[in-house]
Amino acid sequence: MKVLVPIKRVVDYNVKVRAKSDETGPDLANVKMAINPFCEIAVEEAVRLKESETAQEVIAVSIGSNACQEQLRTALALGADRAILVETELEVEPLGVAKLLKAVVEKEQPDLIILGKQAIDDDSNQTGQMLASLLSYAQGTFASEIKIEGDKIDVTREVDGGLQTVSLNLPAVVTTDLRLNEPRYASLPNIMKAKKKSLDTLTPEELNVDASPRIETLKVSPPPERAAGVIVESVDELVEKLKNEAKVIT
Amino acid sequence: MSILVVVEHDNEELKGATLNTVTAAKEIGSEIDLLVAGFSCDSVADQACSIPGIGKVLVANKESYKNFLAENIGTLVSEVGKGYSHILAAATSNGKNFMPRVAALLDVSQVSEIISVLSEDTFERPIYAGNCIATVKSSDPIKVITVRATGFDDCEVEGGSATKEIVDLDSNLGISSFVGEELAESDRPELTSADIVISGGRGMQNGENFSLLEGIADKLGAAIGASRAAVDSGFVPNDMQVGQTGKIVAPNLYIAVGISGAIQHLAGMKDSKVIVAINKDEEAPIFQVADYGLVADLFEALPELESKL
Repeated sequence: MKVLVPIKRVVDYNVKVRAKSDETGPDLANVKMAINPFCEIAVEEAVRLKESETAQEVIAVSIGSNACQEQLRTALALGADRAILVETELEVEPLGVAKLLKAVVEKEQPDLIILGKQAIDDDSNQTGQMLASLLSYAQGTFASEIKIEGDKIDVTREVDGGLQTVSLNLPAVVTTDLRLNEPRYASLPNIMKAKKKSLDTLTPEELNVDASPRIETLKVSPPPERAAGVIVESVDELVEKLKNEAKVIT
Repeated sequence: MSILVVVEHDNEELKGATLNTVTAAKEIGSEIDLLVAGFSCDSVADQACSIPGIGKVLVANKESYKNFLAENIGTLVSEVGKGYSHILAAATSNGKNFMPRVAALLDVSQVSEIISVLSEDTFERPIYAGNCIATVKSSDPIKVITVRATGFDDCEVEGGSATKEIVDLDSNLGISSFVGEELAESDRPELTSADIVISGGRGMQNGENFSLLEGIADKLGAAIGASRAAVDSGFVPNDMQVGQTGKIVAPNLYIAVGISGAIQHLAGMKDSKVIVAINKDEEAPIFQVADYGLVADLFEALPELESKL
């Protein structure tokens, strides 16, 4: 089995991003970039499939600027066999990403595609579902457990009320939730080895995909600020304030 | 301009998130139809008909839609939605699952989790865990939108008399099937619609200690939530997680207990009207968003709080 893992380069999850003062976008000057946490879980799951000999090859793919090579190397250090960068300087929306990934899928013919459920920058939560739809594949989103049996995959999903399990025909698309696994750290020898693994570069033009945006961001502003609160000294004072000042309990 | 709202339900009851979504639709335009897709879902269709200001309630009643498999529902909604200018659904785990399929089938982008409507094509949505609010304008002929419930009030539920219309489309792709589910049973209000929420974090130390929250929740009629740390540590199940990628809540009162206040948790609760933080670490970031902070050991503060309510 061949597994394709699309990953995204995003601002590190510890960074509190602020809007630029002129509101033209988020202020990303000199912030630390990293592989999106959900994508890291996707890489880990694919590598585990390889280690259990369910999968034979794991291919990482990313779409974006040349700098995405850094995150692809991270995926290679975590255990992916080779990588593909679809290089573009344009900001690509989830629909465009899904179209580019579809073209990569048609080229590589993977049996399973594992993606993060959501990127922590635009919080869209769309790409996996759109890719599945464009390919007419089944999808198991927000996965906390997967089990491959023959030509089917059982996916346990984190849903609003609890957990749900669906059975999908392969090839299929899975998107990861937090509890699917705990990603490993790349070891130094594996980081060195990753530098020698193959990383191919393609362009949207080569894939014959129009990934032009449909949504225009007019402005990016800070959220409404909360007024500073107070520290209360005791439970009594807290209860008194909630009853008489905030009036949220009786 | 006409708007299709996909109703969120469980084949028996229309879910609250639908009401916020209808309110969002009413801010976009006045011609609104609802789609109820499910199986043996007549009671849901009846409830949908009584929502005021609705034109038609379209009912797709087929076994293929019983478990809301995204493959089947997505195909149905894209077919039915072709004649509309806007397709809206709540940004629940269900809406998030099928709506991007609808958008891809219609070859349009999706606008996820809007929190306000500025005009028929311009919306506000949070990005970067709510640390920025983006104003976005869609140029697509059909706007596919998911709605964050906390951004909009509930619409009225009584007084309407919409007409039912059967949609005889069976979009069974046959590539996925439902195996089973484990749903949490609780007599407490739903996390996303409760007036009061009390949440525990890593500071609770284990799952048993969540009983300290239960006594208070019972007295206040509150729902119980948790931080990611508490869920990852196995204290409580995933459906209790409040945060960027869990549930987004905005109750009148949110009580955070033993929660440090990571960016990702704040993203899920910082629009609450009043926030209380109880934490023994006075440096915890949760105090920066709290209206009332109590620096105390939760194992002493919680029993005392319960006794004084």
